[in-house]
Amino acid sequence: MNVAIVDTGAGNIGALQAALQRLGAEGRLVTEAAALADAERVLLPGVGAAGAAMATLRANGLTEALRRLEVPLLGICLGMQLLFERSREGEVETLGLLPGTVAPLPPAPALRLPHTGWSRLHRRGDDPLLEGVADGAWAYFVHGYAAPVGADCVAEAEHGERFAAAVRRGRIAGTQFHPERSGLAGARILQSFLKGWDR
Amino acid sequence: MPARRIMPCLDVRGGRVVKGVRFRAHVDCGAIEDLARRYRDEGADELVFYDIGASPAGRSVDLDWVGRVARVLDIPFCVAGGIDSVAKARAVLRAGADKVSVNTPALMRPDLIDELADAFGVQCVVVGIDSTREADGEWRLRSHTGDAERMRAPGRRMLDWLLEVQARGAGEVVLNCIDSDGVRRGYDLAQLAAARALCRVPLIASGGAGTIAHFVDAFARADVDGALAAGAFHDGSVRIPVLKRSLGLHGVEVRDAA
Repeated sequence: MNVAIVDTGAGNIGALQAALQRLGAEGRLVTEAAALADAERVLLPGVGAAGAAMATLRANGLTEALRRLEVPLLGICLGMQLLFERSREGEVETLGLLPGTVAPLPPAPALRLPHTGWSRLHRRGDDPLLEGVADGAWAYFVHGYAAPVGADCVAEAEHGERFAAAVRRGRIAGTQFHPERSGLAGARILQSFLKGWDR
Repeated sequence: MPARRIMPCLDVRGGRVVKGVRFRAHVDCGAIEDLARRYRDEGADELVFYDIGASPAGRSVDLDWVGRVARVLDIPFCVAGGIDSVAKARAVLRAGADKVSVNTPALMRPDLIDELADAFGVQCVVVGIDSTREADGEWRLRSHTGDAERMRAPGRRMLDWLLEVQARGAGEVVLNCIDSDGVRRGYDLAQLAAARALCRVPLIASGGAGTIAHFVDAFARADVDGALAAGAFHDGSVRIPVLKRSLGLHGVEVRDAA
């Protein structure tokens, strides 16, 4: 299968490639729009700041290519945040594939930020993205911003407040946690993505 | 609040895992990937690799083993050792590490922390702090601790540096308490509690773990987010599945070992 990994210029792309290899797939790094044309699956990973990542995508003509994509797309961490309309991080317009605005996790006494570590996933409904993932399964997070629990949210987590841990609407999906670093639960989610969704 | 993290630390020198006592007298503990696999299977939450030869020798980490570790692990890992530029950090992250940890290079050039946070986000940037209690009762920094012959005392107070690294963009702090390191009489709870009071980002305890009770104390009394240990895990005197069950019974929430 032709799996493209969009290179946003930062982050642990090697970790994601290794996770795909463990599932028998090869992730190919993509830096320009033309290289997405024959992709059967597209991963949008990313760490760092929303503004810098969007600038990189725009400079390489990838924003329009991602909007026009007709195959399953999985955004991870910052990559999931970019699927929404806006990010409060630098007040930037993002891809707009899902409705909503990404905002900082609100500070509170004794609440450590960024949210770093293993937190439980609380499933909402029975989405195929989470096939084989138990309610309450642990996933690994590292982030300071998050998307609200909206209509497309299929699993939520909590750090000071509840936020969207996983989303899916048709072929567009995202995880705020790192499936490539979330043990067996993460591997199952990547497997679901490789398999694709028929609803 | 996420689960409290149990973090085996693997000191790497010459492609092997080694362990020292008070940063000296290193003995061989095994091959890097074998230990990485073992800790993954036992339920470690994160691994930390310190290329302890890197900073004192003025060189950066060898990326080859970082890639091999990335292929083995499905839990996060952090790499430290001689990372003194955005370019070197990028290479380590590209090889598959999730975070980079900087210690001596950040002390030599504090702007490095800001540069790494700008390039990769604060969540990628761990600052390691080596500190010891001096005769006047103050905790002060040590640098170049990978090699006892080259260790230096920059003279700065640990608590001042802790505030500065957070302001500059550290997303996590590992506090290595040199006085308790390797002697297994417990973490330096007084120092950790003092750091905790000033630390808004995740704080990881390091140095001194020898028994399960030491971990319980670090979480319950110093409120740290993670506890790092090496020797006690390497020689099997603390087994992670047993440790996690025990922490659970003491009301410390940990991730169930799979």
